[in-house]
Amino acid sequence: MKLTVWTYEGPPHVGAMRVATGMTGLHYVLHAPQGDTYADLLFTMIERRNHRPPVTYTTFQARDLGSDTAYLFKDACRDAYERFKPQAIIVGASCTAELIQDDPGGLAESMGLPVPVIALELPSYQRKENFGADETFFQVVRHLAKPMARSERVSCNILGPTGLGFRHRDDITEITALLYDLGVEVNVTAPMGSSPSDIARMGAAHFNVLLYPETGEAAARWCEKNLGQPFTKTVPIGVGATGDFIAEVAKLAGVSPAVDDSRLRLPWYAASVDSTYLTGKRVFLFGDGTHVAAAARIARDEMGFTVCGMGCYNREFARPIRALAKEYGVEALITDDYLEVEAAIEALAPEMILGTQMERHIGKRLGIPCAVISAPVHVQDFPARYSPQMGFEGANVIFDTWVHPLVMGLEEHLLHMFRDDFEFHDAAGASHHGGKATAAPEPDTIADLSISGKKKPENQGADVLVWLADAEKELKKIPFFVRGKARRNTEAYAALKGLQEVSVDTLYEAKAHYAR
Amino acid sequence: MNDHAPLGPGCRDTPVLKERGQREVFCGLTGIIWLHRKMQDAFFLVVGSRTCAHLLQSAAGVMIFAEPRFATAILEEKDLAGLADAQDELDREVARLLARRPDIRQLFLVGSCPSEVIKLDLHRAAERLSIKHAPHVRVLNYSGSGIETTFTQGEDACLASMVPGLRDTDSRELLLVGALPDVVEDQMLGLLRDMGIDNIRCLPARRTDDTLACGPNTVFALTQPFLGDTHAALERRGARHLPAPFPFGEEGTTAWLRVIADEFGVDRATFDRATQAPRARARKAIAAATETLNGKSIFFFPDSQLEIPLARFLTRECGMTAIEIGTPFLHKALTGPDLDLIPAGPTISEGQDVDLQLDRARAARPDLTVCGLGLANPLEAEGLTTKWAIELVFTPVHFYEQAGDLAALFARPLRRRALLKHGASA
Ligand code: SF4
Ligand code: SF4
Repeated sequence: MKLTVWTYEGPPHVGAMRVATGMTGLHYVLHAPQGDTYADLLFTMIERRNHRPPVTYTTFQARDLGSDTAYLFKDACRDAYERFKPQAIIVGASCTAELIQDDPGGLAESMGLPVPVIALELPSYQRKENFGADETFFQVVRHLAKPMARSERVSCNILGPTGLGFRHRDDITEITALLYDLGVEVNVTAPMGSSPSDIARMGAAHFNVLLYPETGEAAARWCEKNLGQPFTKTVPIGVGATGDFIAEVAKLAGVSPAVDDSRLRLPWYAASVDSTYLTGKRVFLFGDGTHVAAAARIARDEMGFTVCGMGCYNREFARPIRALAKEYGVEALITDDYLEVEAAIEALAPEMILGTQMERHIGKRLGIPCAVISAPVHVQDFPARYSPQMGFEGANVIFDTWVHPLVMGLEEHLLHMFRDDFEFHDAAGASHHGGKATAAPEPDTIADLSISGKKKPENQGADVLVWLADAEKELKKIPFFVRGKARRNTEAYAALKGLQEVSVDTLYEAKAHYAR
Repeated sequence: MNDHAPLGPGCRDTPVLKERGQREVFCGLTGIIWLHRKMQDAFFLVVGSRTCAHLLQSAAGVMIFAEPRFATAILEEKDLAGLADAQDELDREVARLLARRPDIRQLFLVGSCPSEVIKLDLHRAAERLSIKHAPHVRVLNYSGSGIETTFTQGEDACLASMVPGLRDTDSRELLLVGALPDVVEDQMLGLLRDMGIDNIRCLPARRTDDTLACGPNTVFALTQPFLGDTHAALERRGARHLPAPFPFGEEGTTAWLRVIADEFGVDRATFDRATQAPRARARKAIAAATETLNGKSIFFFPDSQLEIPLARFLTRECGMTAIEIGTPFLHKALTGPDLDLIPAGPTISEGQDVDLQLDRARAARPDLTVCGLGLANPLEAEGLTTKWAIELVFTPVHFYEQAGDLAALFARPLRRRALLKHGASA
């Protein structure tokens, strides 16, 4: 039993839904109670889809338990076929149906439906959403794709994009165009955008481009083995990775790696003087393994940040992320418990978080700016505008997205200079953010809000550290976006020196001590 | 007594279309999202699966990310293997939780489909834990599972679980039942006090209240139409129900108050003095939205179980025509007075077969469709204007001062569609 408040991943059948909802002509018959239909809203509300996910839920009730649920499943299957006339059906159980052991796969196969029926085994009590998507796509490919003659012109399949994926819609457009520029045609993009008949002709491609290992790697490996299609290993997020990806594709396709990269602006934007203030900003990275790995490289090599911590929530990627963290000289945090992530961020006190929607909220509570780099994401992360993460335009988008939460370069200087100006004082916040800025909450408040239970005892006895009034006043003069760090550094320094009072001198001694 | 008697026969005896197919409704766990805000010293611990945790997270969105007083104890493979373990694990998790949340006075163990199917006895667990953590924390249990409860029935199950713990009393008391936002509850109490009715208690109370009592001289009124089990539990304790239309809109609120006033012998003049001004305000506020709603048709998918009283409000006070009123369950002892007031005509349906119902809605092309979040955007993309039902349980909509807001909730989608010049194709 594990206590959970917020989860990074849903159950595995939601992963299967992401595959089915991304596709056309595929229907999912899910043995599940009525409440599980909530998952539809992920697609219709958060992703704003204009159609219902192609899912029929059996919605069995307590009174059906016993003999009736199997009939219910068969009826639902038959009705779904009659109504939607899909090219193929996937069937499976949610967590509750797994316990009643009706064997949806066996039941559906015995019905003699005139289309392929693909049974999914998704262990709800062991695995999660990404596994569910990966496994479902793999099963669909395994059942439908066949070896066949290669296309005349060099072509590839794009593997991995799903419904509800972070920027998958725009990544596909960007990478399809990039491949076209390289002289490579896209045979099939799947699962998102494909139908079962498209899957059946995947074998015509010369190789595969794996954009999202989380949801497409099992299928890519199967294709490599059974269709003789090698697949790309670099995920083209960031300038360096996009370059490596181009080289990889050029080699697989036997084409020249020369492409017009005049649209790429990140390198110049990062080099221009206004970006000097980004130097060494301490960032904490958290998300799915693939996006975190890509973000680490961008953060250090392309933005000039300092990566002060990283981690991922999908254990499947624990090993590569641990290795990467070692290379960056930090410790990897592999967990799906957001309280642990919050505690790590609080302890590290980064200047910015690159994370998921969970970290956005952690950042809000701790007063640390945050940009989103990975699923899970919310409605605002499905923007109307073209906004890829991959390829040249993806790099440009990332530069803008990561810089946006920060106070702008020149503004940062002005805030330091005129911090006592009555109009310019720091509660005004960054000028390009709407609304009323609020200063970072004081550390004590944070501890109180936190449900991680690390509340400080009311009476700390002799260990208590007192901020003298002058020092407290001086601290207030420090701009809000560095005040939390200044307070923590000063307190750490005082503890180091065994001090019981913080004076203005302590504050500046600490500043000198931690200067870099 | 009624100012607006029905013009013809109402809908109480309309034959009901009973459907038993795929439902597209949340389960009872959803109620936790508003209950945990209402009961400020209560914690809701769902014993369930990753799906249950994901449902709560998705239904709550991120709007209440700050410090929720709920969590899910996710069952894992090893818990499913041996049941004795699961009880021990639960004890451990609860002890840990209560240690870090000393402010918690009431803990609800909430059953889910998986815990019901493996027959994890949460009642026994609650009794054992109550003894262990007495007197500081009381531990109760109920089921919010999707195989037993639909959406708002979770609140019903929760409140019903509190009834056996009420103290016995012989004194004459009025118990008002249903979770309302504090500001609305205060308005309600204010109106009744102005009529000279004191000795009122609310279930649920904002904070654990050991003086809440029930007995043969208790009368109770429901503020929500989905409280069937709570109603039965209170009657078993000897309390007497005051059936009335539900307090939505000016007419509903007046009728609801009138029933209580009659029970407590409030004279007409006092009643009028207390209600006149807010009634006039409510009428005025409703009139503003009625300009948009008048003459429009409406179709209800079954969702919050508020459908019948809302149909009454919209047809009688806002000039709308109901085509179909779908409700997850029809509980005539509770919604009968509302059904009486709805002019005959609409189809009344109970339960759901979502694809068939979508066919009916597409054929009828109502001006406004009330449905769940899963259906709203797809229907909008087909050119139907929708109102998501979940907002009705997350927004203050009861009593006079909210009557205008309630009407406006339905008017806004229509006004919006009229404003947007470029259609809704996606
Ligand atoms: S329907 Fe059952 S399994 Fe699904 S979320 Fe509700 S309680 Fe959990
Ligand atoms: S912002 Fe998110 S949680 Fe709120 S209504 Fe929209 S989709 Fe739901």
